[in-house]
Amino acid sequence: MTNNQIMFFIFSAVIVIFSILTVTSRRILRAATFLLFVLVSTAGLYFMLRFNFLAAIQLTLYAGGIVVLIIFSILLTSQVGAKLELPGLSKKIYALIAAAAGAALCIWTILQYNFPRTSIESGRTSIDDIGKALTSTGKYGYALPFEVISILLLAAMIGSIVIAKKRKD
Amino acid sequence: MFEGVPLNWFLITATLMFFIGIYGFLVRKNLITMLMSLELILNSVNINFVAFNKLLYPQHLEGMFFTVFIIAVAAAEASVAIAIIINIYRRLVNIDVENMNEMKN
Repeated sequence: MTNNQIMFFIFSAVIVIFSILTVTSRRILRAATFLLFVLVSTAGLYFMLRFNFLAAIQLTLYAGGIVVLIIFSILLTSQVGAKLELPGLSKKIYALIAAAAGAALCIWTILQYNFPRTSIESGRTSIDDIGKALTSTGKYGYALPFEVISILLLAAMIGSIVIAKKRKD
Repeated sequence: MFEGVPLNWFLITATLMFFIGIYGFLVRKNLITMLMSLELILNSVNINFVAFNKLLYPQHLEGMFFTVFIIAVAAAEASVAIAIIINIYRRLVNIDVENMNEMKN
């Protein structure tokens, strides 16, 4: 059991346990906090894979941005401390059967397939490479998707302002 | 594989997270908790992309850029969804999915 494996087990245990708590907690603000823990330990997995820039994006944008947005909307739309009503038993059982069957099928398929076990030792990706790839238009360049995603973000921003704006009537 | 951690473990973690998200999406009634389950699903897909990028092309960054774009799309989706939820809350005063058929006309 190497240190990496121990770290991986800690991160994945946090991910699985807090994911379950996120979808079962009856207090909605606590569910959002548990989601924050899941996203932070996902960033830990990215750090383990040496994608430092991606882990930083995950921490700032997901854990910092989206969770705060969700918490604000919770505060705007529901009473703090109110408990969500429990789902019906039959609904719970059917959803559990669907999720468990899908998970069992996928995990069985993953375990059947022999992924190559060669050890890939590569250095960490430098910010330099990421910046060059993000702005170049040649092979392995991502200038066009970068522009498209910025237009998408602008459209989403304008759209959400227009939708959430108070109407006069 | 990645300094001692096999790829399978990453994939199994992502699978469990994905199907927990599916369970939450099916069970929850409140729209914001459904949105949180959706974030779980998107996040598990990101783990898969990054792990396969490290396995197949460690010298290129294709999976990483795909993940960055998925995160941006998730941010856009969350902002629009929350705007719609707030608008629904103004009209109906609660945000359970059962009441959404009142938006039909």
